[in-house]
Amino acid sequence: MASHAVSTTLRHHFASDEQQKDAATIGMWVFLVTEIMFFGGLFLAYFAYRQAYPAAFASASNKTNLWLGAANTTVLICSSLTMALAVHAASMGKKTLLVLFLIMTLLLGGAFLGVKAYEYHDKWVHHEIPGQHFECEGCEDAGHAPLFFSLYFAMTGLHATHMLIGFVILVILIVQAARGKFTEKWYTPIEMFGLYWHFVDIVWIFLFPLLYLIDRSHTGLK
Amino acid sequence: MITASPPVKETKNYLNHERGIKSWLLTGDHKRIAILYLISVTLFFALGGVFASLIRLELSTPAGDLLESNQYNKVFTMHGILMVFFFLIPSIPATLGNFLIPMMIGAKDLAFPKINLLSWYIYVVGGIFTLYVLLTGGVDTGWTFYTPFSTSYSNGYVIAAGLGIFINGFSSILTGLNFIVTIHRMRAPGLTWFRLPLFVWAHYATSAIMILGTPVVAVTLFLVVLERGFHIGFFDPAYGGDPVLFQHLFWFYSHPAVYIMILPSMGVISEVISTFSSKKPFGYTFIAFSSVAIAVFGFLVWGHHLFVAGQSIYAGLVFSILSYVVAIPSAIKVFNWAATMYKGKVRLETPMLYALGFIGLFTVGGLTGIFLSSLGMDVHLTDTYFVVAHFHYVMVGGALLGYLCGIHFWWPKIFGRMYSQVWSKVSAVLVFVGFNLTFFPQFLLGYMGMPRRYHVYPPEFQVFNVLSSAGASVLALGLILPAIYLTWSLKHGEIASENPWGATGLEWQTASPPIMENFEVTPVVTTEAYDYSTQQEVVHVG
Amino acid sequence: MTMEPKSFQLFPESASNFAPSVDGLYTYMVVVSAFFSLLVAFLIVYFAIKYRAKPGQGVPPPINDHSIGGMILEITWSVIPLGLSLVMFAWGASIMFHESRPPADALNIYVTGKRWMWKIQHMEGAREINELHVPVDQDIRLTMTSEDVIHDFYVPAFRTKADVLPGRYTTEWFRPTKVGDYHIFCAEYCGTKHSGMIGTVHVMTQPDYQTWLAHGSGEGSLSEQGESLFNQLGCGNCHVKDGHGRAPNLYGAYGTKVDLSDGSSVRIDESYIRESVLYPQAKIVAGYDRIMPTFKGLISDEGMLKLIEYIKSLGNANGANAPSRTLGSEQPDIQKSGTMAAPMSETKPAATEKKQ
Repeated sequence: MASHAVSTTLRHHFASDEQQKDAATIGMWVFLVTEIMFFGGLFLAYFAYRQAYPAAFASASNKTNLWLGAANTTVLICSSLTMALAVHAASMGKKTLLVLFLIMTLLLGGAFLGVKAYEYHDKWVHHEIPGQHFECEGCEDAGHAPLFFSLYFAMTGLHATHMLIGFVILVILIVQAARGKFTEKWYTPIEMFGLYWHFVDIVWIFLFPLLYLIDRSHTGLK
Repeated sequence: MITASPPVKETKNYLNHERGIKSWLLTGDHKRIAILYLISVTLFFALGGVFASLIRLELSTPAGDLLESNQYNKVFTMHGILMVFFFLIPSIPATLGNFLIPMMIGAKDLAFPKINLLSWYIYVVGGIFTLYVLLTGGVDTGWTFYTPFSTSYSNGYVIAAGLGIFINGFSSILTGLNFIVTIHRMRAPGLTWFRLPLFVWAHYATSAIMILGTPVVAVTLFLVVLERGFHIGFFDPAYGGDPVLFQHLFWFYSHPAVYIMILPSMGVISEVISTFSSKKPFGYTFIAFSSVAIAVFGFLVWGHHLFVAGQSIYAGLVFSILSYVVAIPSAIKVFNWAATMYKGKVRLETPMLYALGFIGLFTVGGLTGIFLSSLGMDVHLTDTYFVVAHFHYVMVGGALLGYLCGIHFWWPKIFGRMYSQVWSKVSAVLVFVGFNLTFFPQFLLGYMGMPRRYHVYPPEFQVFNVLSSAGASVLALGLILPAIYLTWSLKHGEIASENPWGATGLEWQTASPPIMENFEVTPVVTTEAYDYSTQQEVVHVG
Repeated sequence: MTMEPKSFQLFPESASNFAPSVDGLYTYMVVVSAFFSLLVAFLIVYFAIKYRAKPGQGVPPPINDHSIGGMILEITWSVIPLGLSLVMFAWGASIMFHESRPPADALNIYVTGKRWMWKIQHMEGAREINELHVPVDQDIRLTMTSEDVIHDFYVPAFRTKADVLPGRYTTEWFRPTKVGDYHIFCAEYCGTKHSGMIGTVHVMTQPDYQTWLAHGSGEGSLSEQGESLFNQLGCGNCHVKDGHGRAPNLYGAYGTKVDLSDGSSVRIDESYIRESVLYPQAKIVAGYDRIMPTFKGLISDEGMLKLIEYIKSLGNANGANAPSRTLGSEQPDIQKSGTMAAPMSETKPAATEKKQ
């Protein structure tokens, strides 16, 4: 771990750029592990209740809007692509491209949140929010159907919160990138944020089938 | 070794290189953040101790004469919440771990100093939520927040308390993350994994639990808050939910959390026993790997809290046998510590007294744990005072004694001053005796069938309760003493040398108190840990 | 009697079939634990004195812990405790197995926990609060539920307890072996008056118990009360006996396994009956429509027990069509064949299984 030429981005307590980069990468992965455990509790609850009340879950899951969900999945996968391209642009030191791809990611992320907000509004209008005024027309086992919606809101809500946090960080990164803070030698924040964004994307890749798709297999597409 | 008291030549160290409150509140230095934690966990410990005193006072008589039922319930709940989440979990990792890990591995700081400071602020915000609960009337759910009581029936401030713990959880997560990255990437040249001090191994295992378990309890409390606040059903059968699912999720974290409390203590004890025997710990690799084994198996035993909760007997069998398996690494540690003293050069300084006390109490705590792992035994003993006594032997006899041991051991390093040897030994003995008087009778009460969390109790249980309350006052005295003589030593204690105990770790090879960035030159490690052959004869004023 | 406050004792009263075995295991564990605690205490104190540092003494040579001797020691002190604790595991597990398998002919009593009282319902109709009268030397099975939060029915003298949960039934059984009065404690924290949720088990001789029962409630037996509730709620309009109704026939249904509309199957037990009344759509018997309305909010937990008892009295998987075993004065000592009281898990589905 001999000292390399001291660069401006090397913080005082690291011996080398390499050590600093490694630390950031491991730190990010460890953070993502905690995120997996964080969502894991909810997934566990989902599987436990789905196993116990299959009829309620199947009929309630028909209340989700498949096409909006599918559209959002596409949007999010595209945003992962633009994010990956942004990281690539950063590694090539292409500032304009970097800013461009980051803005595209931001727009796609915004679109996702917009659609999600519309879906929530729709649920609100139809009284499909668990609680006193809950109604679920056509839900079987209405006593347990609210559990599906409880989990739906907890899981997608937590996911949307992660998107929202990502959205704010993206805005900051775009400003920093436009000011030329990142170089092909040092673009760790972009890379780390990329990991985060892909993680949030992957969570959705699990949420979409579990909440929108899986129970339509025996109730048919609606 | 020990030079005369002030006036001292002001050498630059981490305590005086900058002055003013701002230089502390915005610091990135791991040593200063450790001091911030030290002050805040001590405050929360004192507060938790006040509640403990109230409990023991109330239980001196069978009737409910000092407090009303509701008040009593809030008192033991606040005692539990403050002690578990705001003292025991952060105690050793966030103070000693924060201070020592970078020094022990020859680094200038933790990998992410800003995140380290952030985690302290998160801790403070979580603490403020909890204090808010306290001031507005408390919460009466017990620290376990069992549903549906917590979500639908409690008449306390469940939401604020839950959020306080939720927020505080992120402080643990970030601390654990920082330690893991630091231990992986910041080690000095030559410091291989098997040259690491056992304290570092123990913290590595602890950090793994912190990052894997804490998110689960965080999301669980988040669901409790949602159910309580918005009547969005998850656990209450009235909403179609299952209250036992809560218990599974809660204990998935909260059982390993016990190991968050005890593993760092074990790390401290390994250092102290070795130092005061001037001998390499017997079975270094076994002690190191037993920490890892405890962390791994600790995640597989949560179901032993649910033996009478309607869990299937086959699940009970699995959790029971795994609970026995997790006891073995702890037994290995105890025997290795004893073997370390064999043919050593034993010095009974204050930290060593605490360490020996730890071994005794932890042995009892661990052995009574295996009573509770046994299915048929647990049916009778669970939710009685036997459980209360057992976990206090582990958490107070284990974690708290380990903490006090570590504080006394590294105090000269942290503040550069020695404390009174006489008073500290008196306090160590008082704590040990007072602790046993307080909690041993509770084992007997438990087998007699006195349930925990009882405000009033049948008169036949009074004798042991009075004994326990009397012991608590001795214990309290033993705990107040260090607060006095340690504070006194900050100004008036003798100046400590670099290495007053003749210990071997890298942290002893730099100034006391350490300079900024810890070392003049990054150390290069060429030998295994605990090589006492390089130490010269240590003469210490006792 | 036994609840006279004694100022000093180490064991609670031993008054059930489980108490001697739990006490035996406890003694074994205490002996093993005391041995190891004292061993460790002796070793550290002995070493601390024997190897106390003396001036001028050199640093002890480092020990290679991978030496053969070291390994043997490490293995010894891992394996011996493991062996001893496996005995504890097996012993404890066998007690628990015993505790979780109530005998088929146990006398059934219903317990409902409610903040902060225990409501006890005997089959013959007698009801009591915070008191439980049982005959000595008779297997007793408690079927328990809660109206609000989680409670736990604990009798230290019987060395047994079980959580009492809202929304489901749990069981606990014991055979009192000694006449006397013993504490009932709620052992799961349940709020303000948790420590006031206590009561007394009165273990009586058989004749005393019969006399006590005879002074019981005049409301008729539990299943009779269940029958009138069944009629009052109009259940019989659809659940008709011949099986041609709009809902499944309940005669002989208890304890059988039925196929559900989603292809799975379920055994008809207390929990299933309860779920079907409160959440009728959750598990529909194959071949029937989803027409049953929910009775959530219309029926109390105690009413539920009566309905369950009535359905049990309609016969069970064994084809018997007899009321539950009772010790009522009007039906002295009958039906050893064990009808509903058979543990739900062990009854084999019989000919009456499919009832369409």
